[in-house]
Amino acid sequence: MNEMIKMVVVLTILTAFSGGLLAAVKEGTKEKIELQELKFVKGPAIKAILKGAENDPLTDRFKIKDGKTEYSIFVGKFNGKANTIALESAATGFGGPVGVMVGINVDRDEVVGVGVTTSSETPGLGARAKSDPSFVAQFKGNTIKEPFKVSKDGGKINALSGATITSRAVCEATTNVAALYKKLKPEIQKKLAAIK
Amino acid sequence: MAKSITQEFVKGLWAEIPPFRLVLGLCPTLAVTKSVENGLGMGAATTFVLVCSNILVSLLRNVIPDKVRIACFIIIIATFVTVVELMMQAYTYPLFLKLGIFIPLIVVNCIVLGRAEAFAAKNPVLHSLADGLGIGIGYTLALGALGAVREILGNGTFYGIHLFGSSFEPFAFMVQAPGAFVGLGLMLCMMNLMEKK
Repeated sequence: MNEMIKMVVVLTILTAFSGGLLAAVKEGTKEKIELQELKFVKGPAIKAILKGAENDPLTDRFKIKDGKTEYSIFVGKFNGKANTIALESAATGFGGPVGVMVGINVDRDEVVGVGVTTSSETPGLGARAKSDPSFVAQFKGNTIKEPFKVSKDGGKINALSGATITSRAVCEATTNVAALYKKLKPEIQKKLAAIK
Repeated sequence: MAKSITQEFVKGLWAEIPPFRLVLGLCPTLAVTKSVENGLGMGAATTFVLVCSNILVSLLRNVIPDKVRIACFIIIIATFVTVVELMMQAYTYPLFLKLGIFIPLIVVNCIVLGRAEAFAAKNPVLHSLADGLGIGIGYTLALGALGAVREILGNGTFYGIHLFGSSFEPFAFMVQAPGAFVGLGLMLCMMNLMEKK
């Protein structure tokens, strides 16, 4: 009996202490983590897509709710007009989900740039979707009306050699963004008008 | 105590270097050593957990009831692993992204539990600290070495720096899963050959 009480007491104290410590660390690092996510995951892609923007797209961002999910939309100002947005979506690649940030010109419904944010693709093969600018450059200037496909599937995008699955995932994610954008466009335009 | 604190520290660097000598903790060894940076980062995270959990287990070794000792060790280890995970997320975010799931999996790394059960639970604090630090650094070096072999051959880089000209065709096999087994096997073989002489 005595031993059992001791076990319960020790385990309780230990778990309570560990819970408290974790809560403190979590609270202490929360803000820092959010900032890091913005800076390292989305930041470089957004900056590359909205190159030459007059504002800082990372600060001029807003959120739109669609059903239960909330989407962050980053705004780029060109020639004094907030007419370009960046929106993120994902599709499954070779090594897990591939996150793709897509910049869209709201006036022309045109893709201004695409950048891979998160991926765990094979280094040297699929990972080139992120590191090789010539691959994502193919998306630029295309209308969002047609779905994006690699040339093997009858589309216009030339797949990275040895990384067809990753290339397909990037196309699929871009198509997803286009669909999402079409759905949210009225709301996006409202928010953009408020920014000016 | 039969061994001095220094001896406890040094044994982790060669005589009991975890992945090669004890052949323990192979899951992260095989999975994250795609590059030197990943290997060293994983090693550093594991070292932190090892040292902290060894100290705490050693401090509490007379308080923890024998029947629930494994549960207690796991609570201690899991707490430190989560601390490491949050810290990495806050301060070394790019590395955190690369290591991903393997950080939380340090909890079930048998090196950490092994040291707690086999060493820290029976030895004084300073010896446990030295043991954790030695094994941890040994593990880090091993991961770094394997990461270097795979990164140089598989990607033509060392710590992200290109070593060869653009004409170098990377041996991509080495950075994929089979390369990990082959690399580890060859390193084990080399260690055994050196020991024989």
